Amino acid sequence: MFGVVVFPGSNCDHDCYHVLKHVLGQPTHFIWHQEESIDPSFKVIVLPGGFSYGDYLRTGAIARFSPVMKAVARFAQNGGIVIGICNGFQILLEARLLPGAMLRNRGLRFICRDVYLRVENTDTVFTNQCASKRVLKIPIAHGEGNYFAPPHVIKELKDNNQIVFRYSGPDGTLDDYNPNGSVENIAGIINKEGNILGMMPHPERASEEILGNTDGLYIFKSLIKAIELHSNTGAVRSVAR
Amino acid sequence: MKAKVYVTLKKGVLDPQGKAVQSGLVHLGFKGIKDVRVGKLIEIELEGLSLEEAQRSLKDMCESLLANTVIEDYHFEIGDAPEKVTERCILSEGKVIA
Repeated sequence: MFGVVVFPGSNCDHDCYHVLKHVLGQPTHFIWHQEESIDPSFKVIVLPGGFSYGDYLRTGAIARFSPVMKAVARFAQNGGIVIGICNGFQILLEARLLPGAMLRNRGLRFICRDVYLRVENTDTVFTNQCASKRVLKIPIAHGEGNYFAPPHVIKELKDNNQIVFRYSGPDGTLDDYNPNGSVENIAGIINKEGNILGMMPHPERASEEILGNTDGLYIFKSLIKAIELHSNTGAVRSVAR
Repeated sequence: MKAKVYVTLKKGVLDPQGKAVQSGLVHLGFKGIKDVRVGKLIEIELEGLSLEEAQRSLKDMCESLLANTVIEDYHFEIGDAPEKVTERCILSEGKVIA
């Protein structure tokens, strides 16, 4: 079962819910930000995009203190899968569930357009369906997506294969395809244990034929596969290696 | 008791906003601008705390919410009136400098 957290100011919550429930036919429920616990029947928690708490102070800084975030942290500690998209990624960073921080985009402008992502690690619960398609076209929509982390953290991310998505060209080349100035073209990372993903691009906006792009489904279908495997074998984690 | 908390991007962290302001100032014809960094000033009114308690509390506030210490430094001033600062405490990366 999928849970989509709703913060005040979330605006991609319904998109995620729609794709999971109506496009992919998965049992999906909203989880209000005041909830203090997450039912164990949830297998995946989605922190959706938007402008939680008006992005006041810093993006994600206030949402991090929502009661539900303590529950999300516990859920993740117990091996539950968490995916933070855009503002959800920013919240995961502020909550220190993922390393690093977001700066304003290099060009200062809010960028809303399709970008290409090179899938750097297909051995994760979020990307196990991407082996056949290593470059995805998915839109970004953010003003603060300029990923930053100190050099020793970047080294750790690389050593542990935690960089999952890099901004690239359609052919997977990295040069000249960094929309926002992110260190190492980083568009998405996972934690060491491999059960928490943060990504700036919006897969839920690229999951229906009628919208002209279904590349986002590779990510949601990977999650569904991971849940299936979990229910069969009890092994939820595909460890980042 | 009033406190002023200053939050700035760490040295070495790119400040796109500062760069944009700098280029704006240059375009307006201002000369001699070497660098511009944009930060935040947060004013907090405190009550019922000793100076020491206030310092400790402010440090906690900065570390937990007001600054993101991955990218930002902070320091704060505590005083009853802005012109009458009774205590100045500068913290950077957890170290008390002055």
